[in-house]
Amino acid sequence: MTKLACPREAYGRHLVKTAAADERIVALDADLSGSTMSCLLREEYPERFFEMGIAEQNMVAVAAGLALSGKIPFVHSFSMFLTGRAFEQVRQSVALAKANVKLIGSSCGFSDFGDGATHQALEDVAVMRALPNMTVLVPMDAAEVAEAVDLALEIQGPVYIRISRSPMEYLTKAIPGSSLFEPALMADGRDLTVFANGLMTTEALQAREILAKEGISLRVVNVSCVKPLSKEAIQRWAEDVQGVITVEEHSVIGGLGSAVLEALALSPRPTYVMGAEDVFGQSAQSHEELLVYYGLTKEAICQRARFLLGRREAS
Amino acid sequence: MQKRDLDYLKSKARAVREGIVRAIGVDQKGHLGGSMSSADLVTALYFYKMRHWPDDPKNPDRDRFIFSKGHSVLAQYAALAECGYFPAEALPTTKQLGSFLQGHPERDRTPGIEANTGSLGQGLSIGLGMALAARLDKRDYKVYVIVGDAELAEGQIWEAVTAASFYRTDNLIAIVDHNKMQATGPIVQLYDVGAVGKKFASFGWRVLEIDGHDMEAVVDALDAADISTGQPVAIVAHTVKGKGVSFAENVASFHNGALTREQYQQALREIAHNEV
Repeated sequence: MTKLACPREAYGRHLVKTAAADERIVALDADLSGSTMSCLLREEYPERFFEMGIAEQNMVAVAAGLALSGKIPFVHSFSMFLTGRAFEQVRQSVALAKANVKLIGSSCGFSDFGDGATHQALEDVAVMRALPNMTVLVPMDAAEVAEAVDLALEIQGPVYIRISRSPMEYLTKAIPGSSLFEPALMADGRDLTVFANGLMTTEALQAREILAKEGISLRVVNVSCVKPLSKEAIQRWAEDVQGVITVEEHSVIGGLGSAVLEALALSPRPTYVMGAEDVFGQSAQSHEELLVYYGLTKEAICQRARFLLGRREAS
Repeated sequence: MQKRDLDYLKSKARAVREGIVRAIGVDQKGHLGGSMSSADLVTALYFYKMRHWPDDPKNPDRDRFIFSKGHSVLAQYAALAECGYFPAEALPTTKQLGSFLQGHPERDRTPGIEANTGSLGQGLSIGLGMALAARLDKRDYKVYVIVGDAELAEGQIWEAVTAASFYRTDNLIAIVDHNKMQATGPIVQLYDVGAVGKKFASFGWRVLEIDGHDMEAVVDALDAADISTGQPVAIVAHTVKGKGVSFAENVASFHNGALTREQYQQALREIAHNEV
């Protein structure tokens, strides 16, 4: 569990590979192609890459027009600008129109640590999840980024994929080969279930190892597909434990935690939602520094697990 | 594409205006003003200029038309019905619960509708995407987008105008329905968007300026827009909001107003008898 890979590079390489096999694929970017790695497609297929300038609203609606003419546009920017600045274009031109547009939100969560709150997307999953016809994918590692691209191509309609700027460990599912649509068991346990996605799945697995030494058994389930969410799977993984924790690099409002709570509304078990506590981010020297500050670490997960089991007070 | 017969086109414009009134009906609000100001432009597109097949609305070689000022879609519904995309009897169901004729255009509900618009400022960008797709696919279809003059306040319009100029999409034609009225009154008093033609020209567009109710001028401009110069084309069409219905012309309240039974009948009479 130590091999690191950069998800955005994995994304760019996979996009080029996929585009080689499907000439309907085109890419648009708003002057961030060197960060989102759509530049790799530009180098390979310049005629299929559209630099749209720093004008995200136009870019998203242009992509809708391309999609309505049979293309499969992959639209790139930082998560914040793509889902924030262009929200209403995503809503009307893409989601309402059921346009086959793939929205690639890069530098998600706190991963653009230095740039501060303006660039840190902590609401993107919430707003994309609220849109009818939208699929929302939050891959847990670089391999899942490629899987998410493949899945997006199978879906005839809008898809939002959230990609981190930070290197991520390759993780192994307990049952390999399952669809991204299904919440995936990463490691089983008896006492508590942790639902996580993105970088937080790694943290949850590390928390599980720490807690195992204390005699606490954690089940970790990765939920890359926040929407559509398999509620039955969430209920199944949560029914034989004493409590549930959700953890995501996103606001506690509207994201994975909210989706899990909706699925477990009738469950008698306590559920604790971990994420950014309705706050904006800020600048820091590293991504890790922000994750510590905002309580999104394996230690924070351990603390919450102990509290849920009555072992210790939560601070 | 039809032959150039101005009397025929004028009769079709009357049919479109009648369809607008029938779609609005009695005692229900409807976007009369902007639909009427666009009516001659829409007529010229569907009955003269555009290559399209009502029995094959998804034909990949069709010319595309997007009403960026989506509230004026009543003119498009009337034209689509007159072309045979769907029966004209459906027009009065506009905005009724479950109708395939929504208050604003929805592509997956209505045959012949190309995009979803309504929130203003987005249609020209969608048209640009379609124009770029035509280039990639080496197809020679054209993309026509009607935008409102008050809609030019939306920043996204100028993003699209800039991008179309950069990408030299001369298969993209923006038609500005320059009726000089926004929803709440005259734009010159409320929010003047300035010299529309000069603005487009300064962004690198080829600009044609016409009387949008002079059918001959409209078809001449649409023909002139065919010439490939590497520049997108803006046709600034000077129009009158509510054109063809005397009591609604230049009256802001008929941007989205209801007709009484008497007004409804009077509107149909005037449309039938006026040489618009």
